Amino acid sequence: MIDVAVCEYGAGNVRSVIVALRRLGIEAKSTEDCDEVLGADLAILPGVGAAGSAMRGLKERGLDDALVERVDAGRPTLGICLGLQLAVEHSDEDEGVTGLAILPGRASLIREGRVPRIGWARVEPGDEAFYFAHSYAVETPAAVGYSEGIVAEAALGSFVGVQFHPEKSGNAGRRFLERHIDRVVAWKANSNGVPVSGTGPQ
Amino acid sequence: MPLPRLIPCLDVAAGRVVKGVKFEGLRDVGDPVELGAAYSDAGADELVFLDIKATVENRDSLVELVERVAERLAIPFTVGGGVRSEEDAERLLLAGADKVSVNSAAVADPTLLTRLAGLLGSQAVGIAIDTKGGEVYTHAGGRTTNRDTVEWAIEAQERGAGEILLTSIDADGTRDGYDVEITRRVAEAVSIPVIASGGAGNNRHVAEALGVAQAALLASILHENPDRLRTLRDEIRADGIELRDAA
Repeated sequence: MIDVAVCEYGAGNVRSVIVALRRLGIEAKSTEDCDEVLGADLAILPGVGAAGSAMRGLKERGLDDALVERVDAGRPTLGICLGLQLAVEHSDEDEGVTGLAILPGRASLIREGRVPRIGWARVEPGDEAFYFAHSYAVETPAAVGYSEGIVAEAALGSFVGVQFHPEKSGNAGRRFLERHIDRVVAWKANSNGVPVSGTGPQ
Repeated sequence: MPLPRLIPCLDVAAGRVVKGVKFEGLRDVGDPVELGAAYSDAGADELVFLDIKATVENRDSLVELVERVAERLAIPFTVGGGVRSEEDAERLLLAGADKVSVNSAAVADPTLLTRLAGLLGSQAVGIAIDTKGGEVYTHAGGRTTNRDTVEWAIEAQERGAGEILLTSIDADGTRDGYDVEITRRVAEAVSIPVIASGGAGNNRHVAEALGVAQAALLASILHENPDRLRTLRDEIRADGIELRDAA
């Protein structure tokens, strides 16, 4: 079984993520400890709220460096919602926030439709709907999945980021997390530590 | 735009689902977690838990309920009733709720919306507006505010609310259909999502509401019966409205 650390930094829906993993038989730990985040087989960066205070929360705990370090080392890391927006180079939110730059690109305010964009929407490739609740969205060349023209998933090296909330996306979300966990298990079994990427909605 | 949402609303008091007429003779009709899970299985896109007897003494039981719901459900849910401060809202979100809904407290102090949005993000802050004759009422419809509903909706959005739950007091419980007119006026005036509430009696009513709003709240039409939600979703799909496939 794999060891999963969910980053606790004052801006996460940590509890919902832990519960969703428990349904898959995984007892993840929530932690603000850098060594635990570095050492886990899978680190998850959840997130709701504003980018500015969230990035401060990461820095105060040194989790920003820990996340970058583990991605550089090829260790699987999953960002959810704000966790994806923090992974790019820059967010326009809160008068500009410097991101982790794990992915190239930036997060900017959604300009079409009603904002916040709240509800279930299809993610392509694939035809399953996932739950979204966001006002900002990323633009990145690392995009691998889209929803109504908005980046729904991005992957580069060992990092995967999703704009939707798999932990709140019912059966579709459960299947996404199962696929992701399977990839991490496969990565762990491979002692060469081949990076995990492109879990894709399908 | 995301798919239209159907949102069952559960009235709760002291951790139980209750039913009553105008807050009189409240009857315990079940466990919110069990009923919520059954609605989730029947295809609910989201749930609202409305604490209709929100009191200070009840605060802890509401947080405990939210924890139990979050353990069991893998769909989003909103908690409303008695949210008066950042502390109230933050506790509910940390316990696993996705959104809080504020009503009277925001009318009394609109800056509450700004503070909540700053702390939690607009996507987690809903404004519940009870309307009658185009005006806003508070305290479960018992008190007029002399505020225009559309103007208040615009102000709430400007102050940081990320969603509007618009309940027509006149239509509520009648099962004669939503107040489509006021819902349209509010939806046209704002750029945040609007949930229509009050008056659903059949699939046509819900389809009409979804023609102007992004979601429809379902209360008395469901009668605490998840099977009714299942048939209703089928009927609405047959009306040509695409809903999420929850399988």
